[in-house]
Amino acid sequence: MPLDVLIVDDSAAIRKILQRVLAQTDVPINRVLEAGDGREALNLLRTEKINLVLSDINMPNMDGLQFLTEVRANDEWKSLPVLMITTEGSQAKVMEAVQLGATGYVRKPFTAEQIKEKLATLHF
Amino acid sequence: MTAITKDNRLDETLVTESLSRATLDVFGTMLGVDAVAGPRYTEKQPAHPSHGLVSLIGMAGAWVGTGGISCSAELACKLSSRFLMTEYESVNDDVLDAMGELTNMIIGNFKNEVEEHVGSLGLSIPTVIFGRNFVARSTAENEWIAVPFECEGETMVVKVCLSPQSNRPVVRGHAPPPYMVD
Repeated sequence: MPLDVLIVDDSAAIRKILQRVLAQTDVPINRVLEAGDGREALNLLRTEKINLVLSDINMPNMDGLQFLTEVRANDEWKSLPVLMITTEGSQAKVMEAVQLGATGYVRKPFTAEQIKEKLATLHF
Repeated sequence: MTAITKDNRLDETLVTESLSRATLDVFGTMLGVDAVAGPRYTEKQPAHPSHGLVSLIGMAGAWVGTGGISCSAELACKLSSRFLMTEYESVNDDVLDAMGELTNMIIGNFKNEVEEHVGSLGLSIPTVIFGRNFVARSTAENEWIAVPFECEGETMVVKVCLSPQSNRPVVRGHAPPPYMVD
């Protein structure tokens, strides 16, 4: 079933790059929505059916970890795959994201292949 | 190598090597561009170009400071074109955003390395400035450590200024709020 994907990043450049990478994967994509921060992303989740989220951590208004916490607190989104894509690379930050329920973690800078490999592990 | 010197500064070689690794990683991975690091230098005030692009990002924790990159408008367009796989002939919102994100990745990865020595650091959202005939001024007491990189026939400078929070200068003319008094 083609996926509805939500990309959450305050950088329009990264959102554009990830759109391009998603188009190159074997994962069937129906549509890609974008949000500039966690708050905007939550608003979209409330009104759109989303199958996969790619999210940055450092963002204004609501950061990625806060967003992840809100997502996992909602029964409807408990199993929603959320892949963190971020410059934050410390072991502590990765562990924090995993403990909050991140499905996967990719550090920036990233290659298209790294994103594709991570998506392949989600078994869509 | 001792990461922090006796006068409470980050070792310059450590900073240089970390900035170089971060920059070359970002350039190689996201841009497919070769860059060659030149000799580092230090400066009390960042030598911002009189015209061009400057992108700055703040760091804060037990140590505080700023990291950033500066280059000509032409180089910014070339790098953004590579980054976004779209041709940019002049600086526009896409170029400013792309340069902000490149700064985020370079200084963000530098931050990840130096955190081992200075503790956890938060990273601000990047601020990108573009124009002509501008002058920038920093109130930092410590010197900036700058590394120039030759790429696409031009020079981009990556620089950082970081010092322990207790070394921050008091802004003259303002009495500190009561809660800041020892």
